[in-house]
Amino acid sequence: MDFEEHAAKPLLAGKGIAVPRGGLAKTPDEAAEVAARIGGAVVVKAQVPTGKRGKAGGVKLAATPDEARTHATPIIGMEIAGHKVEKVLVEEQVPIARELYAAVLNDPSSKGPLVMFSTEGGMDIEEVAATAPGNLRRRPVDIRRGLSHADAATLVQGLALRAAEGRVTDALVKLYEAYAAFDAELLEINPLIVARDGRIVALDCKFVMDDSAIARQPVVSRAGTPEKLTGLEARAKAAGLKYIDLEGNVGVLANGAGLTMTTMDVVRHHGGRPANFLEIGGESYTQARPALELLLSKPGIKSLVINFCGAFARTDVMTQGVIEAIEALHPKLPIFFSVHGTGDEEAIKLLKDRLGVTPFATMDGASKAAVEAAA
Amino acid sequence: MIVRGADRVLVMGITGKQGTFWSERMQAYGTKVVGGTHPDKAGTTHCDVPVFATARDAMKGAGFDVAVLFIPPLMVKEAAMDAIEAGARGLVVLTEHIPVHDVMYFVAAAKERGAFILGPNTAGAVTPGECFAGFMPAFNPRIFKKGSIGVISRSGSLGTLLCLNVVQAGYGESAFVGIGGDPVIGTTTREALAALDSFPGTEAIVMVGEIGGSMEEEAADYARTMAKPVVAFIAGGAAPKGRKMGHAGAIVMGDKGSYASKRSALEAAGVTVLDTPSEVGVALKARLGH
Repeated sequence: MDFEEHAAKPLLAGKGIAVPRGGLAKTPDEAAEVAARIGGAVVVKAQVPTGKRGKAGGVKLAATPDEARTHATPIIGMEIAGHKVEKVLVEEQVPIARELYAAVLNDPSSKGPLVMFSTEGGMDIEEVAATAPGNLRRRPVDIRRGLSHADAATLVQGLALRAAEGRVTDALVKLYEAYAAFDAELLEINPLIVARDGRIVALDCKFVMDDSAIARQPVVSRAGTPEKLTGLEARAKAAGLKYIDLEGNVGVLANGAGLTMTTMDVVRHHGGRPANFLEIGGESYTQARPALELLLSKPGIKSLVINFCGAFARTDVMTQGVIEAIEALHPKLPIFFSVHGTGDEEAIKLLKDRLGVTPFATMDGASKAAVEAAA
Repeated sequence: MIVRGADRVLVMGITGKQGTFWSERMQAYGTKVVGGTHPDKAGTTHCDVPVFATARDAMKGAGFDVAVLFIPPLMVKEAAMDAIEAGARGLVVLTEHIPVHDVMYFVAAAKERGAFILGPNTAGAVTPGECFAGFMPAFNPRIFKKGSIGVISRSGSLGTLLCLNVVQAGYGESAFVGIGGDPVIGTTTREALAALDSFPGTEAIVMVGEIGGSMEEEAADYARTMAKPVVAFIAGGAAPKGRKMGHAGAIVMGDKGSYASKRSALEAAGVTVLDTPSEVGVALKARLGH
């Protein structure tokens, strides 16, 4: 779950990391009011859950409240990376002495948290990692012990931070505490600045919460950005199904994320275009009927490939659900099956007896037939 | 992380619907299930084996090597720590949607104790002719047959499909290692590849990867050093960027974790990369010469 900057910064502040004074505005007039309240020069920042807002023209400096209104006018309503800007964060400008970068993330390679620190703040960190890897320091952490002050100190030593070194170390420890407390997948401050007055301030913040932890973060997760879903995706989510709309015309239903992605790949390999991702693996293998009913309501589907390969998911149970949906809705489009794995003998018999259909010997065969039928 | 016939298996959460269903199948296949756990049902018998309150009690009462966890997501950390502290040789963690911070916690503890972790979000491990641990259709002879191909998969359903294709092509499996589809998992593709590389009776390895992360790229570094042929399929070439495709691990941001990056790394390491899973038989014949 993504958090916009204005929702993420209070979490840092709650852990003792300074953030600029500011307020949220939904209209240009509100932006001017917030700027007047702050007093002095401000920055107007588009609030969307994506990076590179500055490059897209979504971040502007303003010397006066009137200027803040002028800048907010085109920003509110603009689109950045597919997200419509509905609000701006208006913040005081903090004079910068030095820009740094700090982040903590879940690292699959070390199988634990990874703290990253760089003196190349304000830059695209992937670019820093690619062009000047020596400027990006990394430290894997044992999550059972956390990040100690001494651990954090090793990340910032020898970088000529001088008087600020101790305070930057403190900020890293607090950043790690926030990461741990809020079940972050990624918590990134870019830039973390040393202000001219010596304070350490988070000028920006990117926070992604682990989706699997939302249930145990009921208060914090309320401030997160709801996923942007199409109508069908929202209906699927409410029904507990994993569904994604795509542009093609070959409908796909399979069990398991890996198998479903592969079915899409094979449809593409045979020159077709998958219309969707829809999987009923794991505990949701009993949901074949509502899943297929949902998919059949998608306009523009010309054919359907149903590919089951049962491990945990029983193919007989899934096939029973599919048959119920077909008998209830009588779809006109051609449907091609491939069924293997746990329960396949019963499943194949069900298809023969109830629909008079014999599944293909391979998923390639079924996918290819579906592509040809949709062409 | 290869589960053997001699391994004594403890099923944690044995009394639930899935715990029962799969314990019976594991027993029928020959897996040495020696006990189960349920916090409130200690002293009872289920699936003909004793039920203990904890893995620590089970270690004292029955002794076990590998724990298979049928446990709800938010309770896995405690159960896994119990099994690790009891002295398990390894854990098979089937559960999906465990908070990643919990996963990293028990993975760190397991590493310290020298225990392996398969998963989370794995379908388990199969050693044909010996045993299986988890919920793979080991008992289906069209999918699992004793043979010489080692199979690694992040996905249970897709791993099953590859195994089906391996058997259809006239081969069998020496072992199947399901490593799981979560973003952080206890055994990486590279570690599974190294284990199968030195597993007796394994002539070639089929590796089933997915878009997202950099595990396939890291496995490619190891594959480069291997004498045994490796054949790979990477799922998700047709997936759109920036969307999670069911498996939390399967997400591409920018070019990182992309299909193209994985495919080129593997091919540069001498791995045969398949366009579709059904090509696996032809690829194995070409690489093995039989």
